[in-house]
Amino acid sequence: MSDLIHASAVELAAQIANKTVSAVEVAQAHLDRIAEVDGRVNAFLYVDGDGALEQARAVDHAVASGQALSPLAGVPLALKDVLTQTGVPTTAGSKILEGWRPPYDATVVERLRDAGVVILGKTNMDEFAMGSSTENSAYGPTHNPWDLERIPGGSSGGSAAAVSAYEAPLAIGTDTGGSIRQPAAVTGIVGAKPTYGAVSRYGLVAFSSSLDQAGPFARTVVDTALLHSVIAGHDPRDSTSIKEPVPDVVGAAKSADVSKMRIGVVRELSGEGYQPGVQARFDEAVELLRAQGAEIIEISCPSFTYALGAYYLIAPSECSSNLARFDAMRFGLRTDDNGELSAEDVMRHTRAAGFGPEVKRRIILGTYALSSGYYDAYYGQAQKVRTLITRDFEAAWASVDVLISPTTPTEPFRIGERVNDPVAMYKADLCTLPSSLYGGPAISVPIGLGDENLPVGLQVMAPVMADDQVYRVASAVEKALAQQWGGLLLDQAVAL
Amino acid sequence: MSAISRDDVAHLASLARIELTEQELNDYAGQLDVILTAVASISEVAADDIPPTTHAVPVVNVFREDVVTPSLDRDSVLDHAPAAEDGRFRVPRILDEE
Repeated sequence: MSDLIHASAVELAAQIANKTVSAVEVAQAHLDRIAEVDGRVNAFLYVDGDGALEQARAVDHAVASGQALSPLAGVPLALKDVLTQTGVPTTAGSKILEGWRPPYDATVVERLRDAGVVILGKTNMDEFAMGSSTENSAYGPTHNPWDLERIPGGSSGGSAAAVSAYEAPLAIGTDTGGSIRQPAAVTGIVGAKPTYGAVSRYGLVAFSSSLDQAGPFARTVVDTALLHSVIAGHDPRDSTSIKEPVPDVVGAAKSADVSKMRIGVVRELSGEGYQPGVQARFDEAVELLRAQGAEIIEISCPSFTYALGAYYLIAPSECSSNLARFDAMRFGLRTDDNGELSAEDVMRHTRAAGFGPEVKRRIILGTYALSSGYYDAYYGQAQKVRTLITRDFEAAWASVDVLISPTTPTEPFRIGERVNDPVAMYKADLCTLPSSLYGGPAISVPIGLGDENLPVGLQVMAPVMADDQVYRVASAVEKALAQQWGGLLLDQAVAL
Repeated sequence: MSAISRDDVAHLASLARIELTEQELNDYAGQLDVILTAVASISEVAADDIPPTTHAVPVVNVFREDVVTPSLDRDSVLDHAPAAEDGRFRVPRILDEE
């Protein structure tokens, strides 16, 4: 398509580089689109129109003066509001950070700036990335562009919705237990969780430090890979940052060659609780891969059954510790500081007023799981399960190159449907949790519509630092389906 | 695994420095019980001989050279403090507490 908001990042970057269109025109087209549809979608918490146009002008200046451009120069992007951007409000979806304008850039933001990517604004999310529906945002839910009554997934629901509503061709999300892959699946776009440590966590508001990982969203696999290659790489400011070079994800996405690849279908990620339409699309995708020369092998990963339990002890435990920094003393909200109350009481009141119900629930749960007398039974046991899950992955790598499963057990549910049932909500992450606990890369790519005519995603998981493999497989699926559909799944959505 | 009472939640909330309402104390007691029941299956697996995994990718201490590098400008940090005075954070009283 020729119009600017429907173009891919690759097309936009090429048009900007050859001066068919200016970066300012591209940014303005997306800002206009946001103004037109975001009242209904609520993907953005803050739109930085002036900042975006200023960044776009800098790219146009570079084009005019013949400077070498990055492959994404001038392409607009939506940034999850959990990453700091100097001077731009960063709330992490919480009232406790309302009005805070961080004095520094996250490393991800620094790399985006260096690549000439134009940041349009900050996107809505479940408070502190805790949730699977974006309903836990203190600033109201985001709506799925496919059906405004449905959830866009979470916690990076704003970023996913922005891309699927053509408000931005690219977005950054973060994934702790599925928060990029699950929203990508239910909004019919591509989203990848890089290997843990591949993308710097510096400037990422911490939820669960041993799991948090930023990653890319886009409408095509190649666009997703390009964004991945821009944000990944070693950062001395993150002690868990990986030193090895970033795998050639762009090359793998462009090749899309899965012939002779050994692809494992995870037996435990199917069956009871999986919607028939989800399972049917998944089975068709398996056949597409087989038809392209991949060898399909069923693999059993018995410990995956325990991933949900391990995750919902480890993540709340780490969050109860991480969120202790919101103490009303140095930044963020402070309430009831009336000269009478002590610092501790001001802290208690501020945290009561500033945190939403799910965040409080998880802090309490984590405090319990870490408290003496329960530590071994809960946190300690969960960490052992993590070892077992890693062993299942490593055993699988002896016989297959990647593992696949549906990304989510169901199509997106209705807004409000699961808010009072935390465990039902947690089950949205059933398929994405194992690779989060293991730390390997995983991607979600659209594979069709399910029983309710809503998007279904395929998840591809690979060994640590084999990020290229997930792009290779996702791209093969995307190519095969594009031939059937004559384009992307998103083309089948009703226009907003 | 044990049921969680309203008083247990009150104790945990006090450890976590969050003032909870009566309603929240009761709601969370019920919900935490449901969550802990749902995750209880992890006690069935992982015997004593399984080592714990603390991090997805093994990490050891990472050091940098002991040289002075620029840090955040003090004013830009204090600009967003809830209260500041004389180039410092101003906090509520911390002495004379129980």
